[in-house]
Amino acid sequence: MGDSSGSVLTAALLCFFAMDEELERDERVFLLGEEVAQYDGAYKVSRGLWKKYGDKRIIDTPITEMGFTGIAVGAAMAGLRPICEFMTFNFSMQAIDQVINSAAKTYYMSAGLQSVPIVFRGPNGASAGVAAQHSQCFAAWYGHCPGLKVVSPWNAEDAKGLLKSAIRDDNPVVFLENELMYGVPFEMSEESQSKDFTIPIGKAKVERQGTHVTMVTHSRYVSHCLDAAAVLAKEGIECEVINLRTIRPLDVDCIETSVMKTNHLVTVEGGWPQFGVGAEICARVMEGPAFNYLDAPATRVTGVDIPMPYAKILEDNSLPQIKDIIFSVKKTLNV
Amino acid sequence: MQNMLTIISNALCRITGRNVGAQTVSEGSRVVVSRSFADFTPQATFDIKKCDVHRLEEGPPVKATLTRDQGLQYYRIMQTVRRMELKADQLYKQKIIRGFCHLYDGQEACAAGIEAAINPSDHLITAYRAHGYTYTRGVAIKEILAELTGRKGGVAKGKGGSMHMYAPHFYGGNGIVGAQVPLGAGIALACQYQGNNQVCVTLYGDGAANQGQLFEAFNMAALWKLPCIFICENNKYGMGTSVERASASTDYYKRGDFIPGLRVDGMDVLCVREATQFAADHCRSGKGPIVMELQTYRYHGHSMSDPGVSYRTREEIQEVRSKSDPISLLKDRMLSNNMAAVEEFKEIDIAIRKEVEEAAQYATSDPEPPLEELCNHIFKNDPPLEVRGTHPWATLKSVS
Repeated sequence: MGDSSGSVLTAALLCFFAMDEELERDERVFLLGEEVAQYDGAYKVSRGLWKKYGDKRIIDTPITEMGFTGIAVGAAMAGLRPICEFMTFNFSMQAIDQVINSAAKTYYMSAGLQSVPIVFRGPNGASAGVAAQHSQCFAAWYGHCPGLKVVSPWNAEDAKGLLKSAIRDDNPVVFLENELMYGVPFEMSEESQSKDFTIPIGKAKVERQGTHVTMVTHSRYVSHCLDAAAVLAKEGIECEVINLRTIRPLDVDCIETSVMKTNHLVTVEGGWPQFGVGAEICARVMEGPAFNYLDAPATRVTGVDIPMPYAKILEDNSLPQIKDIIFSVKKTLNV
Repeated sequence: MQNMLTIISNALCRITGRNVGAQTVSEGSRVVVSRSFADFTPQATFDIKKCDVHRLEEGPPVKATLTRDQGLQYYRIMQTVRRMELKADQLYKQKIIRGFCHLYDGQEACAAGIEAAINPSDHLITAYRAHGYTYTRGVAIKEILAELTGRKGGVAKGKGGSMHMYAPHFYGGNGIVGAQVPLGAGIALACQYQGNNQVCVTLYGDGAANQGQLFEAFNMAALWKLPCIFICENNKYGMGTSVERASASTDYYKRGDFIPGLRVDGMDVLCVREATQFAADHCRSGKGPIVMELQTYRYHGHSMSDPGVSYRTREEIQEVRSKSDPISLLKDRMLSNNMAAVEEFKEIDIAIRKEVEEAAQYATSDPEPPLEELCNHIFKNDPPLEVRGTHPWATLKSVS
């Protein structure tokens, strides 16, 4: 099992460490979901937790999302701090009423009498070859709702720091992991190895400084953008890459500051274009001071507006590829 | 904190009929006895209807003991709920209350009987026909009515309305049919997890009884032996659909399948009390959940927009009123056993009417919440947040 003192670790491991540390720190924290205990987690994120903490704190549920999500929300209302795992966020649709109507809105409806300190976590968005019903990105749907915080980590440090913050937050947090990122190794900073390492929710991070164009993205596509930036750098185009980290509340200040410097904006996401994360970013930039600094209309790079196909060639062409990002940047810069 | 203590204290006071701790007891709840105390029977035992049982060797007792104090207390509670609901009806017709308003008159024995059998430290959650429970769980009438009229003195500062009222150990007030049932099972899980010997009473109606999420909650509650009392308030109609037209099986007390069940006369406060006591003991002893079906009736339609006579007859309503009214049942029992005087009940009625009238006065004169409140309470324990208004130049502030 190890601990987080190694220097190159994967996002899955870091989610595990976050949960392990928070379970240890606060007795009220517990994990429930399908296969989280004896199966060691459908994606092995919770491997070892059941052996360490037992049945009381790591609970395998039947395949009944609406029921167990409601149970998790009720437990949060009554003083516990549940982590409710969805095997994938596609299955959260069956429970979405509990997430929105029972969790997100309650603090407001009760004028502060009833809080709901809960984390809903699990893999979100496209995987590989799992087809239409298992590949939807829910960032825009959950990001739409007041009362929720919606977090989308990219790398291992994000995973650990943001998950710890989410667990410590007294509000309902939707934590959108990414299955394809679980196995990707990242170097960990010294700081991130501490048991109190948290990353604030609601603050984006500039992963790469640049001067010609601002790329705003989240989750897996941060990697794509950095790769695209490396290619573009060879042609003298310096991209500033912003890792949103949090979808809601959106760090508009970070985006605006960057756009006011680079004068160009490209958003990149895996989700569908209509009413998506990129659409919101463009609208916000239009409404604020950064608009006057734009030298060209903002561009959105998104998933293709179709249900996800199965065949590899089709799937590959349903999601933003690095070449699509490079192409979009050049079009935006008119080069 | 102070507010919470007052609420708990008020609830204790209502149940025990005594002053508990520092709190304001309105004039009306002190009963002036015109005959000497020694004239009345202090306590009597009544035969109550036997409960049908499911997967149980035996059910609750068929006799219930009632003291004079308890009787007057239950009467007071039920009559208060009755008058409060009728006042809400009046205010709604005057358009001072708007939106949803689902009234509880007819069902008072359920709320009163349940509360008599549980502790204030136990938990309770229900659906949208919640005003009665909001009261029995400790919220003052004026805060309930002011919430209905959408004023800042309402229990949720006017932000929740009829279906979203909360108090310590009372989780509303829930608008989505059936959603409260898994929530209740989750509250029971928290009780078990914390080892505090508390139970959660989770209420739903005959309409909600067919919801899939109920069966999901039953399954997990039974698997994990959660201390959850699932209670179906069967008032015979889910909105305008009678139970026969909605449910393939109307034996709601059996619908928990592997969970033991009781079918209870919900118009008799003593039956409800004894059954709830039995159920609470069952849960507290670690046996797991139990289902109770309370057979009850609502005089009003489903909500204030429903006259309630297109799917049932006026004769039916009248028959229940004359033969099974829960308040009359209790009063007649006490009178025929010489446990109280007619004048006493009259005085209680007058005092309650006054209390409700004053609460209504408050609810109609209290100001609406200030606009500065609009965006508050989005998040707890968070630094202030900017919230977008209706247009880009309207940036509003939200504090926790």
